Amino acid sequence: MSKFRKSADKETPAISTASLPDIVFMLLFFFMVTTTIRDVSLKVQVKIPTATELSKLEKKSLVSYIYVGTPQKQYTKVFGTEPRIQLNDQFAKPSDIANYIIAERASRDESEIPFMITSLKVDEFTKMQIVGDIKQELRKAAALHINYSARKAVENK
Amino acid sequence: MRKTPEVPSASMADIAFMLLIFFITATSMDVDSGLERVLPQMPPENQEQDDTPPIKERNVFSVLLDASNRLMVEGEIIRVEDLRLKTKEFLLNPSNIESLPESKPTEIPLLGNFDVSKGVISLRNDHGTQYGMYLAVQNELVAAVNEVRDELSSAKFGKKYANCTSEQQEAIRAAIPSRISEAEPKKVGGTK
Repeated sequence: MSKFRKSADKETPAISTASLPDIVFMLLFFFMVTTTIRDVSLKVQVKIPTATELSKLEKKSLVSYIYVGTPQKQYTKVFGTEPRIQLNDQFAKPSDIANYIIAERASRDESEIPFMITSLKVDEFTKMQIVGDIKQELRKAAALHINYSARKAVENK
Repeated sequence: MRKTPEVPSASMADIAFMLLIFFITATSMDVDSGLERVLPQMPPENQEQDDTPPIKERNVFSVLLDASNRLMVEGEIIRVEDLRLKTKEFLLNPSNIESLPESKPTEIPLLGNFDVSKGVISLRNDHGTQYGMYLAVQNELVAAVNEVRDELSSAKFGKKYANCTSEQQEAIRAAIPSRISEAEPKKVGGTK
């Protein structure tokens, strides 16, 4: 008789999935905003060193990347195991850097050129000779603003 | 009048999931950060000799890195951990020691008359130095400059350098210039 008696034949209602698309879209937008598209596939192994005095690269569109490291396994037969430079999607010589910088400049708006930054992603165990060569080439190309890519060091205090 | 049938929205979630998975795989989350430096300008080719006056020995803080990653500062081998303190001492020269750099009183807006150090940090590395070590040393030098700036801004403006207004930051930059010069690499001892 009671109002609150459970009816034995009543099934539990299915959970509504109507809001599922909204939830997923929210996630989607979150990821679209917080992440950046990977534009190059790395052909060299780069283990970035750690540092404490970091500054963030704010404007991604103004950054050109230079990667230096030992070639990945599938390339060692052709390119050896010595550290190599990678520009865009291919291995390069230090002398190619000037042209790379010119190409990067040409693809930017003229007003943005003074604010361009070159980010050096160099493996920890690379010898400085190759880095020195790159720096000389960048100086010749007048791309003076550089950023040594580094991870935040965990301070042990 | 016939009702137009509703578009089924059951597959909406699947479509959104597909897009989501695409974005998760194609993008990277990490924010790029690093140590920012400005390289010196290339000297003009026709410039034959340097006509800048020579810098006094006491004003130069020489940092050498050799091929086996040893660090030599002002003639003695030290650990990277001690470099920051030594650099700060060099930049500040609190007790006006003869061997540490001289300073020149300069009129700076917001700060008034301030003794600006004439010290220059000279960093030189070998071809064989490891990049990780080089960056650690660079990092310590930059950290020393930043700490000195922070101390000055705390004393003068009561806040950290990064939180100051741009005029205050400019004044502090003028008071404590970051003069880190890098020599062209050459052999600095050690065989390898």
